[in-house]
Amino acid sequence: MGMTITEKILAKGAGKNSVVPGENVWLNVDVLMTHDVCGPPTISIWKKEFGEKAKIWDKQKLVIFPDHYIFTSNPHANRNVEVLRSFAKDYDVQNYYDVGTDRYKGVCHIALAEEGYNIPGTILFGTDSHTCTSGAFGMFSTGVGNTDAAFILGTGKIWEKVPESLLFTFDGELPSFITAKDLILRVLGDITTNGGTYRALEFNGDAIFSLSVDERMTLTNMAIEAGAMNGIIEADEIIENYVKERSEKSYELFQSDGDAKYKQKYHYKASEFEPLVAKPHSPDNVDTVQNVKGRKLTKCYIGSCTGGKLSDFVSAAKFLFGNEVKVPTFIVPASTAVARQLEIETVSGVSLKEIFEKSSCVVAQSSCAACLGGPMDTIGRAKDNEIIISTTNRNFPGRMGSKKSEVYLASPLTVAASALTGEITDPRDYM
Amino acid sequence: MEKTIKGKAFVLGDNIDTDQIIPAEHLVYSMSDPKESQLYGKFALSSVPQKESGLPMGNIPFVKEGEEFSEYTIIIGGSNFGCGSSREHAPFALMKAGVKAVVAESFARIYYRNSVDGGFVIPYEAKEKLNDVISTDDEVEIMLNENKLINNTTQKVYALNPLGDILPIIEAGNLFEYARKSGMIA
Repeated sequence: MGMTITEKILAKGAGKNSVVPGENVWLNVDVLMTHDVCGPPTISIWKKEFGEKAKIWDKQKLVIFPDHYIFTSNPHANRNVEVLRSFAKDYDVQNYYDVGTDRYKGVCHIALAEEGYNIPGTILFGTDSHTCTSGAFGMFSTGVGNTDAAFILGTGKIWEKVPESLLFTFDGELPSFITAKDLILRVLGDITTNGGTYRALEFNGDAIFSLSVDERMTLTNMAIEAGAMNGIIEADEIIENYVKERSEKSYELFQSDGDAKYKQKYHYKASEFEPLVAKPHSPDNVDTVQNVKGRKLTKCYIGSCTGGKLSDFVSAAKFLFGNEVKVPTFIVPASTAVARQLEIETVSGVSLKEIFEKSSCVVAQSSCAACLGGPMDTIGRAKDNEIIISTTNRNFPGRMGSKKSEVYLASPLTVAASALTGEITDPRDYM
Repeated sequence: MEKTIKGKAFVLGDNIDTDQIIPAEHLVYSMSDPKESQLYGKFALSSVPQKESGLPMGNIPFVKEGEEFSEYTIIIGGSNFGCGSSREHAPFALMKAGVKAVVAESFARIYYRNSVDGGFVIPYEAKEKLNDVISTDDEVEIMLNENKLINNTTQKVYALNPLGDILPIIEAGNLFEYARKSGMIA
């Protein structure tokens, strides 16, 4: 019987010819990624469990990006970065990207791609649920907790249950007012926040393979919002070119077999999409922008691993160019590389950064920032009963800060259009 | 492994995400320092909307104001318990508050792994939706060998799904103990 791309990669990682969904396998891990929130407790467990003899299984395969609570005066948060810094020094971890140096990268999932750690056919585990983002590179990637990460850190191995796969095919050409965010919100509305639990979400179709690398990452990034173990897109020439520019590692391309078995298949016509939002307080509480337009807002937010990539800011800048925002609007580039690009990329000869500043947006430094609330002094954090529209990934109660706030999730086009009116606005009104 | 877990039930709704279990602003405390790590217990379930905290009545604090432990030992959830982020701080916070088991219709993957591999709280799947039939403050008891839950307040008995593949890890204590027992690590 045929296998899906996820099954093939897991079989390879388990040293087997084939695997079947439901089977528990021990995998060899190619890369372990951690950050400032989960890195310190992971290190602590690793030291406790392996004792004096604690040894990193393969230093080249460990990558550490401080990214969550970076620009804060919170002493506990700063202590966590200090723990990572000492650990990297004591154990000579080369792939550590320290805050306050020119090595600082920003949000881990985007930095993994930019720094050449995402390699087709490989297996990546990370101490962050959005580790599934890397699946856009035709690889298996998923989030784990500190104990599992500590186990990997010492052994290079971890158990996993082979997931069933769901296949989402998007045919045709996407309208100009639709982004990958609208596609994944539709999927979430259709299968809900537990429709993907213990499953792989595989995306294909000509609309998917026409997407940029950035946009593909938006899709796989939010696979976890359906509870999925991983999101995955087969690597094509676009991905290969991106990888070759950043890594000299050899890689293996995997494709799902024609007779691979899927738990369910979903077909969408790209041309029939319209702009969507997820209403408070769940990413699957999906509605059309048309049905909620006019809702008054107190803040707009464009940032995070989901919606803070260069493509997201290019989309937003087209609307913001020459216009003034009506409510406070935050621009938070996911990575320092994206932040640099904001100064280089132009619309009508004006840099994106200048466009945002002239339209009275606040351009912040790269980090996870207010996507997950964070310490009280986090830029853009939700206060009181604010009503926010955001390109981020979650709108659970209290996710962006205040427990009384309400968050709508939407595409960068919808958020930028809404920033110009101060109420939820259909991007088609500006096109 | 204890054979029975007994105590007061705290009942929650569906889709209890990890931001509700332990809000992100609290993820900065040490998890190894005994005193500081108790703050996780203090703030466990602190972002559950008040009217959904302690069903069916609601407005029941899981941890009383000014305290660091909860009087509740068993959480009864609905579907998709623990969805959202990968933070191991979530089952850890429940353990620090004094919880021994969470019984829910279904669990999110990372939360489930963290509960088991870290040896914090036993995640038990119920065969039916127990958060509709059990009330906060009911005295309940889980019989681990028999995979059943008894509500001593109403005298009703409910079947739980066997723990299956993960039972050896729970019996060993956590993933590391399991790996030592099975000779994977020294």
